Order: sequence, then C-alpha cells, then structure tokens
Amino acid sequence: MTHTSQSRAALSRTALLGSLSLSVALGLTACSAANESSNSSSGGTGSATAAQVSGTLNGAGSTAQEAAMEAWKASFQSANPNVTVNYDAVGSGSGREQFLAGGVNFAGSDSYLSTDEVKAAKKTCGSSPVEVPVYVSPIAVIYNLPGVNKLQLSPATVANIFAGKITSWNDPAIRADNPGMSLPGTAITPVHRSDDSGTTANFTDYLSKVAHMEWTYPADDTWPIKSGESADGTSGVVAAVKHGSGTIGYADASQAGSLGEASIKVGSHYAKPTTAAASAVLAESKAVAGRQSTDMAMDVNRTTTKSGVYPIVLISYQITCSTYDSKAQANLVKAFESYVISAPGQNAAAKQAGSAPITAALRTQAQQAINTISAGRQ
Amino acid sequence: MSSTVLREPRPPTRSRAGDQVFRGLAAGAAALILAALAGVVVFLTYQGAPAFTAPATAVPGASGFFGYLWPLVFGTLLVSGLALVMATPLSIGVALFISHYAPRRLASVLGYMIDLLAAIPSVVYGLWGISFLAPRLVPLYSWLDQHLGFLPFFAGPTSATGRTILTAAVVLAVMVLPIITALCRETFLQVPRLHEEAALALGATRWELVRVAVFPFARSGMVSAAMLGLGRALGETMAVVMVLSATGVVSVNLISSVNPSTIAANIALQFPEAAGLTVNVLIATGLVLFVITFAVNLVARSVVARRKDFSGAA
Repeated sequence: MTHTSQSRAALSRTALLGSLSLSVALGLTACSAANESSNSSSGGTGSATAAQVSGTLNGAGSTAQEAAMEAWKASFQSANPNVTVNYDAVGSGSGREQFLAGGVNFAGSDSYLSTDEVKAAKKTCGSSPVEVPVYVSPIAVIYNLPGVNKLQLSPATVANIFAGKITSWNDPAIRADNPGMSLPGTAITPVHRSDDSGTTANFTDYLSKVAHMEWTYPADDTWPIKSGESADGTSGVVAAVKHGSGTIGYADASQAGSLGEASIKVGSHYAKPTTAAASAVLAESKAVAGRQSTDMAMDVNRTTTKSGVYPIVLISYQITCSTYDSKAQANLVKAFESYVISAPGQNAAAKQAGSAPITAALRTQAQQAINTISAGRQ
Repeated sequence: MSSTVLREPRPPTRSRAGDQVFRGLAAGAAALILAALAGVVVFLTYQGAPAFTAPATAVPGASGFFGYLWPLVFGTLLVSGLALVMATPLSIGVALFISHYAPRRLASVLGYMIDLLAAIPSVVYGLWGISFLAPRLVPLYSWLDQHLGFLPFFAGPTSATGRTILTAAVVLAVMVLPIITALCRETFLQVPRLHEEAALALGATRWELVRVAVFPFARSGMVSAAMLGLGRALGETMAVVMVLSATGVVSVNLISSVNPSTIAANIALQFPEAAGLTVNVLIATGLVLFVITFAVNLVARSVVARRKDFSGAA
C-alpha cells in the first residue's frame, strides 16, 4: 500500500514536471513570437502600396475585433508574404495601456482615447496618435420567448426591462409596443455581461441617452446595477439567453444565431439591428470636439430619429502613432491600416465577423489620417 | 532528519561526485519552490498595497476596498462550503466502497474512473454546467421555491436559466470529488490489517468494522482530504466564471439569478479591461484569496502532522 501511494505520488510529480516544462516551452514560444525583430529590410518608399512591405506588426486590444482581425491578418499576410501580424486580444483597456507604454505598434479599442490618454500617446509616439474606426457592429437585443418570434421595443421599455422594473412579458408597456400580439405571462430574466465590456459601455450609453428618465446610470464598461442575471462574454450571454426561458440580453448581432432580435423604436419607426442600419448611424454621428484631424474619435448619435438607422452600435478603433522609428515600420503600419479600412478589408470583416462596413465618406477621412503616418521619430 | 543510515563501508567509488551534484540539484529545486512562493507573496503584497490605502471612492463600487472585498469573500466561502458539504460524504462513500466493499477488479476500474474525473479541464466542467446541468436543475429550483420558499435559501425568484450559486456548487462538488475520494481511499487502505481482523474476530459486521476500525484510524486523513478539496474549490475560476450568474450581492438565496461572485472568478472577469487602481484592487483580492487558501492548507497539514505515522496525504 505504501508502494501504491509512492507510485501515485511519483506519477503526480511526473505530471507536474510535464506540465511545468510544457508551460515553460509555451512561454518561450510566446516570448520568441513577441520578440521577433520588427526591423526589416524593406526599401518601400512613400506610397503605401501593399507589395513592398515586410516585417512584423504587433497589436493588442479589443476582443470585439478579434474575428475581423483573423480575416485581416489572413488576407494581408497572404498578399504580403514577408509580413507577420500579431494581434493579442487582451481587451481594449489592456491594449491601450500596452500601446501607451510603447509595447505594441497599434492598439484595438472599443472606446476612443480619453484626453489624458491622447496626451500619453503624444509622449510615447512623439507625435499625435492616429485613431480610425475600423469595426462597426450593431448590438442586438436578443430574447428567447417560445411562441414569440417578432418583438418590438421602445427605448423606455428596454430600459425598464433591464433595470428590473418590468418583470413580466405581458406587461402593458410591452403590449403597447406590440399591438395585437399575444404575449405570455412568463417572468423576464434580463441577462447582462459579468465582465468589463465595450458592448456594455455602448448599450448603457444608449440607454442613458435615449431613456434617461428610466435609466439613471451613466455609461459604463461594468454593468451598473446588481439585479438580473450575468454571464461571461458575448458567448456566455448568448448561451444564457438560449438556455433560459423568458430571457433577454444584449450581444453583438453577428453572434445572435437563431435567437430572436428585437426591433428597437427609433423616432416613430422600429429598426432591426442590420449592418446597413448600423452603418447609417455613422453618418449621423459627430466627431469628438478638440481632437487632431488624424483622431477620428466620434460620439455615436444615439438619439437620432431618422428611419432606417439603428443607434445601438459599437465602434471599435485602431490606434497607431503618426510617426515611427523606421521608414519600414511606418510603411508597414500604413499599408496594414489602409487595407483594414479599404472596401475589401471591410467586406472581409463583414463576412467573417458580421460587422457593418464603414461608409465611403469615413473611409476617405480615415485614409487621409493614415496617410500622415511617416518615419519621423529619431 | 538527523538519522544517518549506517551501511557497510564500501570501497571508495566515483559516485561521490554524482552524489554531491544530485544533492545540489535537489536542494536547488527545493529552494526554487520557496523562492517562487516568496516571489508570489512579494508580488501580491507590493502590487496590492495601494488598494488597502486607496480612498474609498477610488475603488470600484466606491465603498472602499473592504466593501469591495466582502461580497467576494462571502461568495467564495459560500460556494466552496456548499461544494464541500455535497462532495465530502459522497467521496467518503465512494472511497469506502472501493477500499472495503467492491470486488478487487471493480475497485480498480472505479478508482481509475474517479481519477479520470480529475483530468477533465475545468472549462469543460463549465460548459457542462452551463449547457447541460443548469437548465435541468430549473424544475428542481422551482419545486424548492414552491415548497421550501419560507427558508431564506430558497426564497426565489427562481432563476430561469439555473445558473445559480447552488448549480456552481454542484459543479465544484464534482470537481473536488476525485481529490477527496483518492485521498480517503489511500487512508482507508492503510488501516492496519490487525485492527480490522480484531474487529471481525469480535463479531463485528462490515459496517461495524468500518465504524470501529476504519473511521477512527482514518479521521485525520478524511479531514485533510476535505481541506485539500476545499483548497481546490476556493481557487477554482473557469467553471465558476462560466456557470455562475454573479451580480455582486451578499445573499444566501441559493436559487436566484442574483448571486455573490467569487474572488477568483471576479479577477478573471474584471482583469482584462482593468486599468490603474482597479488592477491593484484585483491583485489585493488575490492576496486575500492566497491567505485564505494558505490557511486552509495549513489547517489540513497540521491535522495530518498530528498523526506522524500517517502518510496517505502526500
């Protein structure tokens, strides 16, 4: 018996050693991938045409962009065989932090740089940052209510449901939004994100602007109230809504799958969370005041009343420096960003991640901002 | 320790150098573990320190660090405690069956299956919990709410998805089951044959044998097994993150959507987007979890140490 216990202990020790060496090996791989020299031998000049660039581009940030980034990486790398693009989807906050600390060449972020961060970026880059919207995605209000496959909600009703004030599906407010429909008396379970999330920030921003009487909390990455059900990540919310009955949540529209998506009242119409309606809201939105021309930070116009516009969208940005140490690096960043905002790049993202392509006007503006990227820092 | 093994004097060999090297390597490995542990403590303390002194309004939730910490500690202890309450009797039963009831062949197969449970990654348990177990527990929770709703534990309103703290505790119980079972089985197998035969000779039935010979001998082993299981449950992250609908309240209601979070799950959820002082706060909660886990393990070890001849919980 002692023998048994000894051999068991030996076994577990071997397993521990094995896992240790494995993790060390993984760590080393990760390090070497990150340390791959980013200097390159490219002689590419001024023009940002794709064929001449080479080197390694390191980015970090938003998880929302991850799926789109897969598509961008794949086609950019196949068009430029000497280029390696690494993107670490660590979350927007971490991505911005790494970028400001000079750890990565670009950051992906679901919220634009704050005024303080712009200052920090100027210090790190030695010049103003370039901030362009690259990923626009409608956030759908998803629900699972057997027997109901079409649902219309006004902003006030949405706010009251998520605040826990409307607790039953046959509440008069919901019936008023859906005239002539028979709704069951099932209890409503609102599902929100338990992790910090740009989706939550945009959703609460929408509620606080459009239904400020019913939703008295400011926009926040973290869900502000302690009621309702919570779930981790977009997939967690979708799973919770799917496995419950009478559940309602908010998630990236491309991830809604077979769940019902509510139409949201905008002005006097009800809008579906389509990519076209999401793109349309960009034209309605205003740039943040007091920014450089290369900084395209914008506040989404949540209170629009125009028909065919869906105001609950998430805008994710890519943030780069406007000057880089070497010409090769600057050209690489320029080429990659130009591809990302180009029509093929946006369509690839739409296909892979279900995002809404940015409008032509925005593209022109973004291209102008990207064109300022140069090798100036010595 | 100081017990020197006396051997026949051997002719001098070259293994002397090998001995020295091996001894050095072994000592180095031991020192490295201590250094790693010390490093973790230093890191947690250093990085967590700003959270303890930060003004209350700067901490997320604006109620100070301890206001932030308390629901998490409560949730951690509640879910781990529930898991332990469910897992310990079951584990002891399984271990007893393997060591004293089952035929030899069945026992080894069963032991192997239990060990296999320990090899399943926690993310798989999480998936199982969220998409299989939780929806199937909803009817049970409704029943509890209807019939035992007067108890604060089952006050409702019932969760529509079943992702409650009770479900999380069930998942955790399944996860700690293999550890507790394996350790209990080892202790039960170490009960001296003479004790058992003496009991049988006095006319004891199988149950009486277990009661008078096995349990008294194995008590410390069972306690330490449960404690080590508790240590595992306290730190479990992924499964809790996926299964539990955590909203940060302090509540003993076990069947509603509104539940306290746990320290480990909260760190996993909040860290990716955290910046500035929030990072310090999260690391400080990690320090608290470290202290709790350390205390639990210390208790387990001290129980084991009280019986020097016991070696099953190595």
